[in-house]
Amino acid sequence: MADMIEVNDLIVRFGEVQAVKGVSFRVGTGENFGLVGESGSGKSTVLRALSGLNPDWSGDMVIAGQGLTPHRSRDFYRRVQMVFQDPYGSLHPRQTIDRILSEPLLVHGMRDVDQRIARGLNEVALPQTARFRYPHQLSGGQRQRVAIARALMSEPEVVLLDEPTSALDVSVQAEVLNLLADLQQARGLTYVLVSHNLAVVAHLCKRIAVMQGGQIVETITAEDLRAGRTKHPHTAALRELSVELEEPEGTAA
Amino acid sequence: MLVEIRNLRVQFPTATGLSDAVRDVSLTLGQEKLGIVGESGSGKSLTARSIMRLLPGNARISADRLAFDGIDLLRADEATLRKIRGGRAGLIMQDPKYSLNPVMTAGAQIAEAWRVHRGGSRKAAGQAALDLLTQVQIRDPERVARAYPHELSGGMGQRVMIAMMLAPDPELLIADEPTSALDATVQAEILRLIEDLVSRRGMGLILISHDLPLVSHFCDRVAVMYAGRIVEELAANELTRAKHPYTRGLLDCLPSLTHPQARLKVMQRDPSWLT
Repeated sequence: MADMIEVNDLIVRFGEVQAVKGVSFRVGTGENFGLVGESGSGKSTVLRALSGLNPDWSGDMVIAGQGLTPHRSRDFYRRVQMVFQDPYGSLHPRQTIDRILSEPLLVHGMRDVDQRIARGLNEVALPQTARFRYPHQLSGGQRQRVAIARALMSEPEVVLLDEPTSALDVSVQAEVLNLLADLQQARGLTYVLVSHNLAVVAHLCKRIAVMQGGQIVETITAEDLRAGRTKHPHTAALRELSVELEEPEGTAA
Repeated sequence: MLVEIRNLRVQFPTATGLSDAVRDVSLTLGQEKLGIVGESGSGKSLTARSIMRLLPGNARISADRLAFDGIDLLRADEATLRKIRGGRAGLIMQDPKYSLNPVMTAGAQIAEAWRVHRGGSRKAAGQAALDLLTQVQIRDPERVARAYPHELSGGMGQRVMIAMMLAPDPELLIADEPTSALDATVQAEILRLIEDLVSRRGMGLILISHDLPLVSHFCDRVAVMYAGRIVEELAANELTRAKHPYTRGLLDCLPSLTHPQARLKVMQRDPSWLT
């Protein structure tokens, strides 16, 4: 399996502060790769540098065999898409869902706008009636489905997911995680998922990188993480906390 | 009893008549820790905010009894309510980024809360602010007191918020999703801090959240709300014995690190839960 994403010695600076200090990882085609860590560990910054939202970086990043430069081609933005944490903030409040979903199609000069939007809504299990609604008329879960549908409009190969379910209720989180798994199966997508929730990342990803202070301290398989075969103390600490808090009180005894 | 609620109803006018947001909710709270769990729109925040009469202007509220320490909140005048709000009952909100004043230093905001409810000199209030910051386990209280909210991390901002709420020495603390904007590690620290402060000061706590297992670690009792009603109330350590299918659904749909599932269970909502 060829590597879809290759990152070597990525450094991201914000003025004097080095937010990402030499991060390297590879993600195979069709693989799910997870990045976990606390706030400020640099996990979202890595994702934003990959997506082209942060042009001030150094190091090597390769996606599908193409080296990335600070300035990206239009084709890059078609092949790599991103879903953000907050479905309330990431959709234009004055645009209908139809307009939101047609934008990537117009930008990339794709045809059959009408059918593609209808298909897109179907794919994320939204009713066709949602098409001429505004974001505020939809629930949080429905909005996140719109954000996912928008990311898929340009038929990308890579989808970058930045905490896609942290703003959602747990019952809606389950639906969105199942949807993401189904879409990947159907389209052979490559995901990079950033989250602070270990259980969510381990559910979706086979391989997980743990970040602390701008560096990857450990790359671990979901299986090893579940079994507690951790090498770095930070991974062990994150795992312990997650296990302790996920069990309802009274089950441990 | 610190809080008594009997048959609380909160309604909002809509184009098609009054819509019920909270329906026949009854609760009592002493010096204990109560968790209210439910999804967005279940009425958990409205229920807690009713205790402070902090509802949106168009809300219609009615109850057979709604009392704080024996004071009838439905008949209380604004002056009485003002003493309760932020004084005898503190409210910690979700996001310190939006709930702190962005153009006042952390120390000044805490000192203001102290002076409004307790009086005293500016200097005494400043000293009290530093003392409160130490109590919420901030290592460098002088630096944090001088900082503006945007200079603080989410966890630090939430500690400042807690310090401010503790200033008037309240009897009840309402924490409305106090950690949803924070990551897992900080979340645990803040909840432990709240739990510890509540126990030591002998306060009552209402902790509102959508994370059922999490809440059970920090509360004595948990009330589960669905569509404006309490569908089940149980001791926190009996969560695994929950009977209502909604409560079971909330527990089952969480991804778990120790019990992997190929596919997550999705909540099947039964229309009969609404009646």
